[in-house]
Amino acid sequence: MDTITKMVVINSSKLLPSDVVIKLYESNADVLVKETCFGVMVSGERQVVDSLLSNIRKLDPYGIFIKERGFAPGEPYRCRATRRGGARPGFHNLENEDKMLPHIASALRALDKGEIPRLKQKKKKLDIEKLKDIIKETEVSQ
Amino acid sequence: MKVFIYPTNSLILSDLVERFGHEPLAIMQEIGKKVKSQGLDSPPLNITPEDPKFGLKYAAVEVPSGVRGRMSLFDPLLKNAEAAIVVRDPVISFGCMGCARTNELVNFLLRAKKIPLLELDYPSTEEDAKEFVYKISEFLKSLKPAEEKK
Repeated sequence: MDTITKMVVINSSKLLPSDVVIKLYESNADVLVKETCFGVMVSGERQVVDSLLSNIRKLDPYGIFIKERGFAPGEPYRCRATRRGGARPGFHNLENEDKMLPHIASALRALDKGEIPRLKQKKKKLDIEKLKDIIKETEVSQ
Repeated sequence: MKVFIYPTNSLILSDLVERFGHEPLAIMQEIGKKVKSQGLDSPPLNITPEDPKFGLKYAAVEVPSGVRGRMSLFDPLLKNAEAAIVVRDPVISFGCMGCARTNELVNFLLRAKKIPLLELDYPSTEEDAKEFVYKISEFLKSLKPAEEKK
């Protein structure tokens, strides 16, 4: 039996972690659910969790982001309740990426509309011959 | 297809790869195995004397144990990688991603493996994000779809 934990990060204007938790309880699936400040953690058998979360994602496809987590919810080695407070390891990365999620959400929305972004042109480096010419021009004639 | 992501604990990359129908290879899976396997030898990560041997495949014995230890976690991911998405110079490198030498080595090994590789920068504006997501979707579409999990 392959047990996994998945983190559901919610960055939505129409959905709260508590709404997702209620939906998860309604499903009556055999999973462990923990509501957090950023979303929800779901732990259970891989197949059950995957199918459950694919349904949950449909609630707001652009506002729900999911990744796997190594540790189970409330793991004493990671949970800050047993580590005298402070952010748990891994939270800083999550916090950093959380700031980008609204941009990613609008990008996904644009992608679904079939919008093709204008790709940025890379700045070319200065040609060596051109640099040599510039040096020659600026050289003070002796 | 199994797609290696760098930073290997990235929420955005992991989510996008899964969203576009592939399997992300992330460090969380490997850490999960170390935590959940039966009979913890040395909690919290259950690193046993066997693990640095996997790291020795990539780095010599005089290399800091942190690099070898991390490489033992990266080993199965690198071995199974069929494609890779790399974010250049991620803003933050904490925890399992907090070792610059390991990160350099991982990037080198990915290039040496000659697998399809996409290199990007983290977006800071909405326009950048659109380009970021578009490039990832096009790259993932060009790969074969992931096999159905048994």
